[in-house]
Amino acid sequence: MQFTAMILSNVEVSPGYWRMRMTAPPECAAARSGQFVMVRVNGAIDPLLRRPFGIFDVGTHIPAQSGAVPQPYLEMLYRVVGKGTAMLSTLHGSDLIDVLGPLGRGFDLGVPGEEKLIVGGGVGLAPLYLLAKELVRESKVRLFAGGRTRDDILCITEFERLGVECYTATEDGSLGECGLVTEALLRRLDTLQGGATIYACGPHGMLNAVARIAAERQIPCQVSLEGYMACGVGACLGCVAPGHSHTPETPDFRCVCTEGPVFEAGELKWRE
Amino acid sequence: MKPDMTVNLAGIPLRNPVMTASGTFGYGEEFAEYVDMESIGAFVTKGLSLKPRAGNPTPRIVETPGGMLNAIGLQNVGIDAFIAKKVPYLRSVNTPAIANFFGSTVDEYAEMARRLDEIPEVAGLEVNISCPNVKQGGIVFGTDPACAALVVSACRAATKKPLIVKLSPNVTDVVVMAKACEDAGADALSLINTLTGMAIDLNRRRPVLANITGGFSGPAIKPIALRMVWQVARSVRLPLIGIGGIMNATDALEFMLAGATAVQVGTASFINPGAAQKIAEDMEAWLIANNIADIKSLIGALET
Repeated sequence: MQFTAMILSNVEVSPGYWRMRMTAPPECAAARSGQFVMVRVNGAIDPLLRRPFGIFDVGTHIPAQSGAVPQPYLEMLYRVVGKGTAMLSTLHGSDLIDVLGPLGRGFDLGVPGEEKLIVGGGVGLAPLYLLAKELVRESKVRLFAGGRTRDDILCITEFERLGVECYTATEDGSLGECGLVTEALLRRLDTLQGGATIYACGPHGMLNAVARIAAERQIPCQVSLEGYMACGVGACLGCVAPGHSHTPETPDFRCVCTEGPVFEAGELKWRE
Repeated sequence: MKPDMTVNLAGIPLRNPVMTASGTFGYGEEFAEYVDMESIGAFVTKGLSLKPRAGNPTPRIVETPGGMLNAIGLQNVGIDAFIAKKVPYLRSVNTPAIANFFGSTVDEYAEMARRLDEIPEVAGLEVNISCPNVKQGGIVFGTDPACAALVVSACRAATKKPLIVKLSPNVTDVVVMAKACEDAGADALSLINTLTGMAIDLNRRRPVLANITGGFSGPAIKPIALRMVWQVARSVRLPLIGIGGIMNATDALEFMLAGATAVQVGTASFINPGAAQKIAEDMEAWLIANNIADIKSLIGALET
């Protein structure tokens, strides 16, 4: 679906990271966690292409005054990395943007009641909040949030409010424990009783490490990938990721936009 | 009164001159949610080859001011999977489907033309002699007039369907290439394919694309494409399909003035999946507003 959204708020939540809320058609309330939107920052030809963003949250705002119409909204959490996101961060309430979505395959919620372990690195937390919101209804959820520094640990309060138990790790030790977030994950897995599912989104190195841990311990694991993409609908083939049986002779490329962005870790080819 | 928007492209009747460009519209089905397929003139498939192709490593795409570079590397499902999985959709749509294809040898080109000739749902063939992103094949055929003529003659002998040749802009003189293709039996020419370009990441001191170079497309290339269509239109008798940075109806109509019978919308479909339909509708509105009864009257009507 393609729609014009009105920005309701656009706030810097941590240096370089922004959270934007926009109006959305009622159908967007049915967005699955892990899905994404393609946003056109303005109508000009620079930036030319849309930018993909994971959906951070969807909901319906019920106005305080009686008689006012409830307003469905969509939120995204993004990091300013280039020209497009820099322009996005200058937009204000009531500005309009052109949105395509929700797109792609979202997370599978796994077995109700089993523990859910969510691993997010930096802006990789973006699609994991809506996931946590869905998971806490039926399962114990733990979040492992990592980053280079404390500025990369985003929206932890929001996760805590959902009842998620949060563990943080930074490479410089400025927040939580000093080191990689996968170390905290490993410690939890050592004491785990019963079944669990791991969900991860973040830098490729982190995903690679999480996928390896999950494979070693035979725990189901879903990862959400990023990709350079032009279209978001499976046409440009820019965003492909190699599937588990991929070789140059027997190509097995998966489109991140339409076959993902969420994949079972076992579907993909990882570094040894 | 509604203007006559129909054009005839080398024997293929089009309800309007707006086509979609190969590699920007999948196999049609990907866009069914966003485009009324029966609102556009024709669509062109992703480039097909005898065997499936993996394509290049990533990153395959990068944006540059006013355009984008791609180095997909002709990833495609191959002719067998095309017939089994993609043709059924073509059958369901009442709009001509043009199959774009390529090979790495003259024989492969001819074999592809033969296979596609047998598919009733394929209205015409567009032979890609000009992909800049594969090491063998494409580029050699697209930059040497004698090689291009060999490919076109071989394909010509292998199909009775309308044969469109897609030309590369990465040549010294596009007119020489156009004439070679005309003499070898092409029914129409489409131009231009992407321009070879590159982007560099200063801080990493590395090329942005894994393939190092890529094909440059988007609004930034429109002036070059317009000039080439105009040059070729004055030199050959074949109908032309104008391609290159068409973002709106104005751009499309400019290509027709320069001499194009039809146009292909490419990169614009990435930004707005419904772009081709919108452009066709806006072209008709422009004709109405300007009291023009037949869009064919614009073809080559540039006043110089």
